[in-house]
Amino acid sequence: MFRLVEQRKWYFLLSTVIILPGLLAMIYSTIATGLPFRLAIDFTGGSIWELSFEQPIQPAQLRDVFTDAGYSDTAVTTVGDGATAQVRLKAIDEAQKVALMEAIETRFGSGVIEKQFAAVGPAIGQEVTQAAVLAVVAAALAITFFLVLAFRKVAHPFRYGVSAVIAMVHDILVTTGIFSICSLLFGWEADALFLTALLTVISFSVQDTIVVFDRIRENAPKYRGEPFSLVANRSLLETLHRSLATQLNALFVMASLLLFGGATIKQFIAVMFYGLISGTYSSIFNAVPILVAWEERDLFGTKKRQMA
Amino acid sequence: MRSRNSIVLAFIVVLALVTLWIDLPIEHPRWAEQALVWQQPPEYRDLKIKQGLDLLGGTQILLEAKPAPGQAVTARDLEAARVIVERRVNGLGVTEPLVQLQGENRIIVELPGINNPDQAVQTLKSTGQLEFVEIGPSSGSEYPNIKQGVYVRTTNFAHVPDPAALGKLEHPYPEVVFKTIMTGAQLQDAGIGLDQYGVPFIDFTLKQPDGAKIFGDYTAQHIDGILAIVLDNVVLSAPVIRSAIPDGRGVIEGRFTRDEAESLAVQMRYGALPVPLEVVNRRTIGATLGADSVRRSVTAGLIGLVTVLLFMVVYYRLPGAMAAIALLIYASLNLALYKLIPVTLTLPGITGFLLSTGMAVDANILIFERMKEELRWGRSLRLAVETGFSRAWTSIFDSNLSTLITCLILILFGRTFGAQPVLGFAVNLAIGVMISMFTAMTVTRTFMRTVFDSAASEGLREKHWLLGI
Repeated sequence: MFRLVEQRKWYFLLSTVIILPGLLAMIYSTIATGLPFRLAIDFTGGSIWELSFEQPIQPAQLRDVFTDAGYSDTAVTTVGDGATAQVRLKAIDEAQKVALMEAIETRFGSGVIEKQFAAVGPAIGQEVTQAAVLAVVAAALAITFFLVLAFRKVAHPFRYGVSAVIAMVHDILVTTGIFSICSLLFGWEADALFLTALLTVISFSVQDTIVVFDRIRENAPKYRGEPFSLVANRSLLETLHRSLATQLNALFVMASLLLFGGATIKQFIAVMFYGLISGTYSSIFNAVPILVAWEERDLFGTKKRQMA
Repeated sequence: MRSRNSIVLAFIVVLALVTLWIDLPIEHPRWAEQALVWQQPPEYRDLKIKQGLDLLGGTQILLEAKPAPGQAVTARDLEAARVIVERRVNGLGVTEPLVQLQGENRIIVELPGINNPDQAVQTLKSTGQLEFVEIGPSSGSEYPNIKQGVYVRTTNFAHVPDPAALGKLEHPYPEVVFKTIMTGAQLQDAGIGLDQYGVPFIDFTLKQPDGAKIFGDYTAQHIDGILAIVLDNVVLSAPVIRSAIPDGRGVIEGRFTRDEAESLAVQMRYGALPVPLEVVNRRTIGATLGADSVRRSVTAGLIGLVTVLLFMVVYYRLPGAMAAIALLIYASLNLALYKLIPVTLTLPGITGFLLSTGMAVDANILIFERMKEELRWGRSLRLAVETGFSRAWTSIFDSNLSTLITCLILILFGRTFGAQPVLGFAVNLAIGVMISMFTAMTVTRTFMRTVFDSAASEGLREKHWLLGI
């Protein structure tokens, strides 16, 4: 039988290597901007306005229209062919927007089409942020509680719970880390859908872990004479097919959405894509090895080697 | 055992056919729509997919009650405000708008495919359209049914109201458009006073010089005529002009209670909304972007789904093929539920559904892997199938429950802030997870029992390639 769990130091190393750049990006970003990644207007409040023009435009020219109207804190970027512009400014109301649209049309002609507009008041942005933090904490707590409850009959339910939670934190770090890097490089902004993706990743991560733990729970009484690491290893190998097959299916769906789906939810899908991969990895290569390490008081699987 | 299985199989076949029929984009008979669709008022029941704003294009506005300091917002105030907003939305002439209470102090308004969202938003949050409307002479009146609380069309706001927006309001003269003499813009102030017997009346002042002049001229020429005070097309009061009012100060007498008089004065001053509303959040999505999204996500969804089906058949062979059929039934069931509940489809909602198909096959994968193990240990086919299902159930249930917990949290979050994308995703994922437990357990198991119990299954145990061992 292939001794999967004994190689745990390598898995922990790989996780560290993957998490570290993201963590550094988050730290850098927090120092530079005060936040681990850029937040969308869902959380900060403000307006985002997407306009398409008949011909490519210079962002600076469009920006001037806004500065002249007294909105000095306006950022303009062009996307795609350069004829579509994204404008970010403070939250504006309808009257202000109508006036701005007139100014834009005077400058660029009347062939301007509004593709998207969103405005979020600063107060509600703050409220949404608080609720988002609450949602993540509530989800993590509820799932931990549920795990401990589901595994209350095993020898150390607390250890199962904590191992699963560590795997969950691993996935959160991987996902937010990658997002932070993308935020620095491509200007990705975390919106309400990012939160949704994060919570989904959390629940799928736990789901994968539950399947393996469930098998350990079943195998433990069957192979009473075997050391725990062997039982865990056996359970892991038995569920490996399922983990990979399920993962593959989810990735088919995500990849197809990523390749062929609309641009508006690309970030959402990408976050889930990475999160799902991380979730499968962490349940096999983090949650179970950590549980074994705890049960055998041997973090890196080195004691065993000396004995053998 | 065998006959029970046949009954379940028959039930599944009927269910599949019925849901497929519901799913088809055809004209469904009226009786079916009335009988099958829940929640909606009867005239709105139909078997069409409701598309969200991100697919259709349009504007979403989140209004928040901003009470004056010391004023509390009660559920009744908010409901009253919602009804008024709904009536105003109706006046905009948008097809299938949505006006819903959201959380404790918010109203969400969705206006699909609206042309001039900026103007619409201004109309919605305005405090109300107060008008002084000519009804005609009071003696032998042509319109005896004009009284407090009835709906009237006026020259300023002459649109024909939607029956749903009217609600319980009477609309006695749907054909008549009454003449607006003056709007609330000319009103300076309104308050209440008590006469010598302690009966309350309303005391109002008009703006100088225009308001007072228009009113003065009009009242001088129409003594004994009825001049209704109308707010958002609803008659507040229909007093008779007793004398000319030249100085811009007038009173309205009636058999008011003190509360009625006070509320009338407040409505004249601040408009119909029992509590001021403020736009806290708004989104507009262009129609072209929406149409493009629909096309792309449907393509992407189909490609994803077909890949999953192929994978199942190639990897798990005969059981995989059965799971694939179960998955198709699953998809059909989901789509039918979206139409029946009804669920508004958004782009993240479609993602939620697609993700849940992953969960649906996951349950089958768990079962099949278990089954293969049992077969390798030399179990009989029947026993392997039954053990596979019963042993995998705890894993399936536990893991699905953790997803449902997350969905619940997301739904609560989405509902409070009108975050339709979040809501759409979580609702569809939750529905999918629940349906998947039924299709993966009951439907696939029934198929497998049917095939493996039949006479033709002799020797199937040895055909390892068919079982994917």
